[in-house]
Amino acid sequence: MAGKRTLINTLPQGTEAAQAIAARYGNRPDALLEMLHDIQHELGAIPDAALPVLAKALNLSRAEVYGTMSFYHEFRRTPAGRHVVKVCRAESCQAMGARALVAEAQKTLQVRFGETTSDGAITLEAVYCLGNCHLSPNIQVDGKTIGRVNAEKFGKLAAELRA
Amino acid sequence: MIKVYVPRDSGARSMGADEVASAIAREAASQKLSVQIIRTGSRGLYWLEPLVEVETASGRVAYGPVQEADVASLFKAKFHEGAKHKLTLGNIEDHPYLKNQERLTFVRCGIIDPVSVADYMAHGGYAALKKALAMTGERVVAEVTESGLRGRGGAGFPAGIKWKTVHDTPPGQKYVCCNADEGDSGTFADRMVMEGDPLMLIEGMTIAGIATGANEGFIYIRSEYPDAIATMKEAIAAAVSANWLGTNIQGTDKSFTLEVRRGAGAYICGEETSMLDSLEGKRGMVRPKPPIPALFGLFGKPTLINNVLTFAAIPYIITEGGAAYKNYGMGKSRGTQPFQLAGNIKHGGLVEKAFGVTLRQLIEDFGGGTHSGRPIRAVQVGGPLGAYLPAAQLDLPMEYETFAAEGAMVGHGGLVVFDETVDMAQQARFAMEFCAIESCGKCTPCRIGAVRGVETIDRIVAGIDRTQNLELLEELCQTMTDGSLCAMGGLTPMPVQSAIKHFPEDFDRPVNLQAAE
Repeated sequence: MAGKRTLINTLPQGTEAAQAIAARYGNRPDALLEMLHDIQHELGAIPDAALPVLAKALNLSRAEVYGTMSFYHEFRRTPAGRHVVKVCRAESCQAMGARALVAEAQKTLQVRFGETTSDGAITLEAVYCLGNCHLSPNIQVDGKTIGRVNAEKFGKLAAELRA
Repeated sequence: MIKVYVPRDSGARSMGADEVASAIAREAASQKLSVQIIRTGSRGLYWLEPLVEVETASGRVAYGPVQEADVASLFKAKFHEGAKHKLTLGNIEDHPYLKNQERLTFVRCGIIDPVSVADYMAHGGYAALKKALAMTGERVVAEVTESGLRGRGGAGFPAGIKWKTVHDTPPGQKYVCCNADEGDSGTFADRMVMEGDPLMLIEGMTIAGIATGANEGFIYIRSEYPDAIATMKEAIAAAVSANWLGTNIQGTDKSFTLEVRRGAGAYICGEETSMLDSLEGKRGMVRPKPPIPALFGLFGKPTLINNVLTFAAIPYIITEGGAAYKNYGMGKSRGTQPFQLAGNIKHGGLVEKAFGVTLRQLIEDFGGGTHSGRPIRAVQVGGPLGAYLPAAQLDLPMEYETFAAEGAMVGHGGLVVFDETVDMAQQARFAMEFCAIESCGKCTPCRIGAVRGVETIDRIVAGIDRTQNLELLEELCQTMTDGSLCAMGGLTPMPVQSAIKHFPEDFDRPVNLQAAE
């Protein structure tokens, strides 16, 4: 559990990546969300330096690009841990014990929502519905949904991800 | 060649369908058996997932729920010949859960390879578009109007009127947008369509484009659905290469292109005008109406916006005729609704039934009651903005007007069941909290009201001036209902007020008990 978080400084500038990605979408301003997704996928987050590049390519103001990026929960400015674990907080999962699962997850990982474990393995996030409400409660690990999660299943998964 | 069907649906994958599929492939190879694994959508009987089916001379035989560890014993029992095993379910179509449904939309889901145009066409796909290509736009719109189809996204606006409005705008650039930002907890039917029968959605949208004179379409899918996004893109590519999408469809002068756009975790983007802003690459801010999107929508052009299930109903309506669809239903709610059983429910999944089916039939007959085995206390119908109904109201028929008269809504057809352990004050608080988190912030009643709502409920629960604060909360709810720009702020009071109305005791508990919890 020791060690400082060194992730924050590892984010590349991303100006070239941003330029290439914008070009891939023909610099169309309406595709800004797609571009932000791709940048985040490639670099792990959306670096500040990418915003003016996008603004120039799309003929928008920096404020417009920043405004779009900051509106959506999905986009992050600093990289997540090696794995992103999202725990559903919505009603269907609540009916199946999501509140207890959230508490368990935060206790197991020793983090709150939006934080990364000290070993850099897992970033814990809240999510509102994964569309798997027939098998609540649910979590999503790196884009894959896992159903009927209880404390035991969560503990096992977390241990595997941190190994 | 033995054909084995394993779902690729994310719900089945969430219970290990991928592991099961690879185990089957491994085991088949080691036994030198020639097995073809076809990845399908889900049949919608999720408590039986992963549900594996095998093609035999006497039809498909199902096994489930199959875990990776069961695969060796399945082969040993010769499941690949349809033999008996402890997980045998027989022909799944004889299962009462499926047999008692009225599936008009979900006819192929779970049966076909979702991205195979040939498979889709072998099961009746593209018959509607073929027919529509020979019809005038007016005729197609008239058929949709005749069907009585109402928008399945939640508002229930007559689809025919919307289609006619876009159709009647002067020729020029128009758009068709599919709202696949299925953010309501307790709903998953859109996801099932996109993962299990995406070509049906593509066909419905293509018909809409041709009928209204729009040659470009967008499907806005929430980023929480990576599988749906991937399957939808695959299906679009398949449709394009088979010339059912793109320019000069099937050699006609009709063209329609389709693009998938990803959301980014904002619930509000399920609101149609907010979705339009998001599709334009902006913050998902709600726009005031009028102007309505049908006249002034995406990039300021006439835009037809419908939900996934609305477009998905179109192929049936065009193939069989509007009158056939209209035969199902009750009152002004025509056709079928894919209801989604969720929350604390034994047999969660998808039940497509004509409107008029009661909550009790859905939850007890299909759903088998609660998962915990405890009595039902509340059911939230229609997503996080829908009302909480008490067990005493389970005999209500699922129908737009009946629900509206009860201060509730059918919404997107999702049912979230809660057992007796639920604390309704906590649920009411969450409704306000969710609104505070997800509000776009454009209008004050929603942006500020939701925050004040959370604070007021906290005071009520803490026993501070209960009577006055309940009165204040009531007034706040009224302000949000009357003054909000869209359904987010406008409907958040619905779960709150219904919780207070039907479960007043939860707002009047001794304070020390609350603290002890």
